[in-house]
Formats: sequence, C-alpha cells, structure tokens
Amino acid sequence: MANKAYQRVYTQLESITKATVALKASGVANDELAVVDGRLAQVVKTKGDTVTLQVFSGTEGIPTNAEVTFLGHPPVLKVSEELSGRFFNAYGEPIDGGPEIEGEERQIGGPSVNPYKRKQPSQLIPTGIAGIDLNNTIVSGQKIPFFADPDQPYNNVMAQVALRADVDKIILGGMGLSNDDYLYFRHEFESAGALDKIISFVNTTEQPPVERLLIPDMALTAAEYFAVDKNEKVLVLLTDMTLYADALSIVSNRMDQIPSKDSMPGSLYSDLAKIYEKAVQLPDGGSITIIAVTTLNDGDITHAIPDNTGYITEGQLYLRADPDSGKVIIDPFRSLSRLKQLVIGKQTREDHNQVMNTAVRLYSDAQNAKTKLENGFDLSDYDLRCLDFAKEYATRLLAIDVNISIDEMLDTAWELFGKYFTKAETGIRQSLIDKYWK
Amino acid sequence: MKSTGKVTGIVSNLVTVLTDGPVSQNEICYINCGGTRLMAEVIKVNGKNAAVQVFESTRGLKNGDTVEFEDKMLEATLGPGLLSSSYDGLQNNLTTMTGVFLKRGEYTEALDHRKLWDFTPIAKPGDKVIAADWLGEVKEGWLPHKIMVPFAFKGEFTVKSIVPAGQYNIDTVIAVLTDADGEDANVTMTQKWPVKIPIKGYREKPRPSRIMETGVRVIDTLNPIAEGGTGFIPGPFGCGKTVLQHAIAKQGDAEVIVMAACGERANEVVEIFTEFPELIDPHTGRHLMERTTIICNTSNMPVAAREASVYTAMTICEYYRAMGMKVLLLADSTSRWAQALREMSNRMEELPGADAFPVDLSAIISSFYARAGMVVLNNGKTGSVTFIGTVSPAGGNLKEPVTESTKKAARCFYALEQNRADKKRYPAVNPIDSYSKYLEYPEIEEYLSEKVAPGWVQMVEKTKNIIRKGREAQEQINILGDDGVPMTYHEQFWKSELVDFIILQQDAFDPVDSVTPMDRQEYMLKLVLDICDRSFEFEDFEQCRKFFNEMINLLKQMNYSEFKSENFNKYQEQLNNLINNGK
Repeated sequence: MANKAYQRVYTQLESITKATVALKASGVANDELAVVDGRLAQVVKTKGDTVTLQVFSGTEGIPTNAEVTFLGHPPVLKVSEELSGRFFNAYGEPIDGGPEIEGEERQIGGPSVNPYKRKQPSQLIPTGIAGIDLNNTIVSGQKIPFFADPDQPYNNVMAQVALRADVDKIILGGMGLSNDDYLYFRHEFESAGALDKIISFVNTTEQPPVERLLIPDMALTAAEYFAVDKNEKVLVLLTDMTLYADALSIVSNRMDQIPSKDSMPGSLYSDLAKIYEKAVQLPDGGSITIIAVTTLNDGDITHAIPDNTGYITEGQLYLRADPDSGKVIIDPFRSLSRLKQLVIGKQTREDHNQVMNTAVRLYSDAQNAKTKLENGFDLSDYDLRCLDFAKEYATRLLAIDVNISIDEMLDTAWELFGKYFTKAETGIRQSLIDKYWK
Repeated sequence: MKSTGKVTGIVSNLVTVLTDGPVSQNEICYINCGGTRLMAEVIKVNGKNAAVQVFESTRGLKNGDTVEFEDKMLEATLGPGLLSSSYDGLQNNLTTMTGVFLKRGEYTEALDHRKLWDFTPIAKPGDKVIAADWLGEVKEGWLPHKIMVPFAFKGEFTVKSIVPAGQYNIDTVIAVLTDADGEDANVTMTQKWPVKIPIKGYREKPRPSRIMETGVRVIDTLNPIAEGGTGFIPGPFGCGKTVLQHAIAKQGDAEVIVMAACGERANEVVEIFTEFPELIDPHTGRHLMERTTIICNTSNMPVAAREASVYTAMTICEYYRAMGMKVLLLADSTSRWAQALREMSNRMEELPGADAFPVDLSAIISSFYARAGMVVLNNGKTGSVTFIGTVSPAGGNLKEPVTESTKKAARCFYALEQNRADKKRYPAVNPIDSYSKYLEYPEIEEYLSEKVAPGWVQMVEKTKNIIRKGREAQEQINILGDDGVPMTYHEQFWKSELVDFIILQQDAFDPVDSVTPMDRQEYMLKLVLDICDRSFEFEDFEQCRKFFNEMINLLKQMNYSEFKSENFNKYQEQLNNLINNGK
C-alpha cells in the first residue's frame, strides 16, 4: 500500500467511534478504500464534505491526527489459477507463507447475474449422507445452510461433504473460525490430498470482527473467477454466517442506524441475499454452490439471522442429537432442500419421492407415539412398530456418519417398510409397491 | 425546462441532491456516475435538497456528480408484446440485455419496436371516444389485445381517422383523435403510464360475483378466491408458499398472468423461465408463457427497484383489465417490498413504527390491494385483476406488521402452517384458520350453487366442521388416551383424517393429482362427505384405524388416477366393497 503521487492524504479526523472515523475530504467515491493510520478502511457514508470510513480492524489507538490516504478503488482481489491451494486473510493476502498472487485485479462484491441468463440447477451433488441425499438432495447452483447449535459438529460435516462432493474447486470462507477449527480444516484438506483444488479465506476469532465482512465477497469473487472464466463447478463453504451478521450489526450500530428485529440492521435480508444469491448455474457449465453454517442460539430459528437466512436460501439442514439412536442426525422434519424436486426421480430412481415422503410421515407417527408414551398412555401395536422403525431409520439413514449410494438408501427404506408395516399403511402408489416391496 | 442538481451526500443507495429548480415527489432522475447514468427516484424533498433512492449500486459515486431530473414519474410502457416478456422491476427487458452479469446503467426497451402486428380497427371515423375506449385490436398470441385511447387523454375525443386493417409496428400512428377544442392528437399502439397511479377508465367496480378456479382443492373447495378478489398467503419459510403460488400460476383460470418475483430467490424465477415455455395451459391448451409476463427483481437485485416491481406489475395488470380480460397477479413476496421501504425509511432517519417499519406501511399495503378488483368497462364488458400476494412473516410469527396490515386489506387468507409442513401434509394450508370472505357473499353462494352443486357452501361448511370436530377428538384422545375415550371419538378423528388426506392434501408434483378441476373436486367432496355421514361399528380403535387407513389408501389411489378412468373406477369399486362390508 505504498503512497502514490496522486493519492490524497488527510491528517485531521473529525470523529472516532469503535468502528468508524469521519473526516472532511473531497472527491471521495462511495465504497472507496482508504488507509487510516496504516489500517484498511472503506467509505460508507458521505454528507457534504464529511466522509465516514469503516475501519475493518477497529479504531483502537487511532489518533485524531492520523494519516488518511484514499486509494481510489473499492476492495479488490487478484485472481488467477495461482489461487488454488492457498490460504488468505480477509484482505486477500496470503497467510500460508507463500508468495503474493499475480493476477488480474477484480472488484469484490460485483454485479449480479441476469436471472434470465441463469440456467436451472440440474446436477445432483451426492454426499453419501442419507439425511441429505435421500431426504434433502443438494443440486449444483444451490445455496443451503446448516442450522446447528454451536456444540454440534457442523464443521466436520461440512468438511466431509466438501471432500466427498464431485466439484472442481472448493472455496472456504471462514468467519470467526477458532484457530483450532482453522487448523482442522487445513489438516482435513491436506490429508485428503485435495489441497490443490481448495482455496481458503480465513478470519479467525483472533482477528477483528469487522474484517469478517470482507470474507464472503472475497471467497465469492474467487468463485466467480473459476465458475465464469474457467467454467468450473465450484463449491463455496461459508462458516459461520451468524458471526458475519453479528459484524454487520456492530457496524450499523456504530453508524447510529435504527435497529430492527433482534438488534440486527434493517437491511440484513438484502445483505445476506447479496451473498447467497451468488450461487448460480451458469449457461456455459460453470456453477457456484454455497453450503453455509448458521449457528443458532439454543435452537431458536425465529431469531432474525436464521429467519432471514431461511427465506433466502434454498432450504436448510438441521443437525440434531437424537437420543434414541445416540447419533447426530439430520432432522427430517425441519430440514428441506427446495431444489431436490429437480433431480429426485429424474437423476435418481422413480420411487425416490414417495419413499422419502412415506418414511418421514411414518417417522412423524413415531414422534406422536413418543408423546403418548411420555404422557403415560398405552401404545397400540402400530405405535410400537413406528417406534422401532424410527430407531432403525435414524441409525441406518438419518445419522450423519452414513456413507452409501442413493439406491442403497432407497433399498434400506423399502426393507424397513417391509419389516415394520403393511402395504396399506405406507399408502405408496400401487405400481411402486408391486415393483419394490420387500 | 428540466431541473438539474449535484450530489451532496451518499449513504448506500440513498443520495441527497442539491437541486437548481423545481422537482416533484417520485420524479425520476439520472445521476451521472463516471459516465454511467444511474436511475433514481425522488422520495423526499426538503428545501433545495432532494433525497433520491438510486435503483442501482452507488459504488464509485462522488459528491459533486451531476443529476438530471426527467420531469416525469416512473412509468410503465404499455402495448402489444408485454406477454411472454421478462422484465426487471423497472421494466427493462431482461432477455435483450447483453452479458451474463447485469450491467449498471444498462436500460433496455420494454417492447419490440420493429415487430409488426396484425391490426384490425374497431372504432370508425366520427366515433366519440374517451380514455380507455377500444380503437382496434391486434392478436397477441391468441389473445385480442385492444389498442385503446391512451389513459392520460382527458375529455371526449372524436376519431378523425383510423388506419385500415394491416400490419404495423407499435410506433405507427394508427388513429388521429380530435378533442373538443379541435386539437388533433396522434395515437400509436403504445402508451406510458405512471406506475404508482391506478389506471381508472372504467365505469364501475362491482363486488366480485364469480370464483376463480385454481385446481388446488384446499383453495377452490374450502376457501375459494373470487375473480377480481384479493388473497394472501403468509407462512414461515419451508412451508411451500412458492410451490403453492406456482401451482396457482400454472393452473389459474385467468387469461393473463403477471408474476412479480419481488426480492425472492433467482432460482425460483429460473424455474419459471425454464418450465413455463414447456407447460400447457389446462384451460386453453396453449403454452403458459404466451399468457404470462414476469417481473423479476430478485433479492440480490437493487433494493429500491423492488418497490417499483410490484407497481409495474399491477400497472400491466390494469392495462389488460381495461381490455376486458381476466388477469391474475401473483406477487412473491410483499414482505420484501415492505423491507425495502424499511431500509429507505431507516436511511432517511424517519421515526420508525413497529419493528422499524415505516408508520404508513398499512396505508401503502391497503391502497395497493385496492387496485385489484372486477370492473365494468365503459362499453359494458367486464375485466378483472385478481391479486394473490405472499407474505414472509419474520420468525413465522403472524403478529408482525406486514401480515397484520395485509390481513386488513386482503379478503382471502391462506395460512400456511409449520406443523402441517413438518408432517409433509402439503399444501400446508391450515383449513380452519384460513378463510375466504367471499363465501359470505350471497352472489358467490348463488354462483356456486348454480355452477358446482346446489347447497355447495353448506357442504363446505360441513367439511370444515368435520375437521374441527376431528381436532377436538384428537385433543381428547391425546389427553385421555386411546382407551380413555368412547369409540365415536376415534371415528370422528379418523373422519377428519379422511378429509385431510383426500381433500386437503394434494401432490403438487404428481401429474394427475396436481390439478383438480371443479367437477372432480365436487365428485370427491361428495364421496368423502358420504362416507363421513355414515356411522360404523368397530370392535376397538385398532380396527377403526385400520379400516380408515384402507379407505384413505384407496381414495388416494383414486386421486392419483385419471378421473373416471378404468383404474379410478376399479379403486372406487374396491372402496364401495370395503364400505359395505365395514358396516
């Protein structure tokens, strides 16, 4: 960030808050970057000749006579094939000790794809996990988060999904990742021998929270380079989006904006949508698929962050500890993949849809039976069969440690239907019963 | 003389402009941002300072950049060629844009100016006409698209001349009209209209008196929407709002459908782009796309244009209504539009109302819903705009400002329920909480008695009662246990399950079950009610459950079979046997 001759330098700050500084300056462009006392900052507001800058790493120790230099451009990332296999911080600078990237400078947070030019997502992304592949099939170009309590192994599941998925590039955007988790991802990727197709942008808990705001845009700019320019299938992992939203609320609060629900900024929906909507199936074969993590506070999905996320993403996957099977399962009731209908029964077997729905319905009957049991009532024969079914269904299909093909998942479900129920109790279309009943 | 100005402040897409002349509220202006012209709308004026909301990203915009005001409000371009088009919220044609990415400042023509249309005159020289009267028509797809006296024309005119039948493009002067003062005015096939002002040009707006069929049983049978009526679908995410709306769009008995994708997912719009050209309209046998206009401002497109998108969509609907057509407007979702209002209100530092929404939210929503309706045109023909909006309540809680404001404005309420969705009982419309005020209209009751079956509304009420009683029975069973209640409770509960599985639940992805015409709905409802009217004798509740399960299974197979086909009749016969043996 060497000073160049034409750059404008100011040395008089008007005001300082925890995340922003304001000064008098002219000719400043909206979204432009500046360096304040050696720290990167971005223009977020101008009013007359007063300019407000958001300082990414916080304003601790910034004096009123700090030197402010405007750089004349919004945040950029240098893109080229050299990105592969590398680890970067929120500013796109290497943190793995390797050399600087040579490549074309791209502005991050660029324009959206014309919806008319998009293609309908149509490629199934198998993960081997039945809670996903059978009940909530993921499709390339989709965006879907895990909703998980902080104590659940969401980062492990993400790493598993990433390594099993058949894609050209995996881009990790880590926001507020603990150093341990960062090292975990690094280790998993390295030991899978997949490092050359993985690019990571990481902000750990040791770094200032506002810096996180750059991570998704950095990761997605890199993703767009590979998907648009190179026609590659790119999978973007974003963890944890709750910490990203928290950083948004810090900034909006410092700028005296009126908070809406749960002290989140009123623009939370648009801010999150801008990120998630980068998921796309492009006309020339490239695609960006986003799998994110939104941590919940005690399972509360009515909080503004998961709530807005749910309205933007194409479904959500809930992780839940199941006491009956003793495993972490993907909850079949609350989980949903909105794009599954595009591939179910088309790229998978014809019985997929009905098997999936029937199994979930019977599992729900088991929950009713459980309620009856808890209330101290006698269980009917059907109730008992449902409970037995539920346990086996959770263990053999819903658990996250399952790794089988979709046909095997369907066969397992038919086996369970035959073991516990009559044909009429399943209510499945007769032609499918004739063909698959075991 | 148009005013100009200079940018003096920027917060995201809210820009303050110091003006050098008069500006009006909602006037459109263009900001010159390094050679790119960014469209913006005036939303507040204070002395010489105008606050404008920019319909694009303001990245790189500087204080001192110049602004030109246009002396007009945001307008929709109306004329043949609107159908089967795909527009953004400002009516830029998305199909003619270059490049994969949306380029800032790229504005495209709404209509094709070169295409020739087969024009047939309706009016003759010497005819007295007023605004919205029909001068001629062109065939747009299979629909007679009327060329009208522009809505903006005030007073009575005399047709001076009109071109003979032939092929013309939309810019050809097809008629010359003379006003009372003898001034001539040229009329082409296209006109512009400010989107925020309702198109009048009709004689009266009577109460709706007909039903609009959607093929969705839980709507048509239980809570039908009237042609020219209003309805809304609130529901938490994952409850099937969009699937339900798409089903209505595909099957709705309307001549023109306008879909406004407002602040929602781009892939949902892609689904429409991909599927609609393939799908056949069940009522006319033509391609769905030929009668559909898509207005799409997805969630990642500029926020300010979200608000514009619903108004643009409504204006296009009103335009087709003035031609005497049945128009259906679907907006998904009106909450996103309200959120866009909230973002701007927040940036303007207005005092907030509930949940930080602007205080006039309720008024904005109700005046928008009021634009729907059935109208009697000046020539005595009728046209209608039926409007169904979705609402995405924060946290799935219906006690939030957008849902509450909409409830006051809309006449039909289709409550999507998380609990039903969790159990995969789709469409997850709660049959009891939902309502259609139209069922209370005597003219609608009469219409249904005549068109569907005598006493239909009473049958619908009876059905709802079966569900209510079933719920009561279920609660008792849950409290007292299977053995703790008389057998009639089990029977009551299972009768409501029968209604639930056969009438309420419908498989939107099954080729047969997804669309149920009214005669089939009538047949199935009568069949189910007939079963519910009977009383059965059971030894124990297990036997009851088993018996009803078998009936539900057979009736479901019937739902999956072509109406009155061999299979259908076969299952019907099995059902009859089962019922007769079960007595």
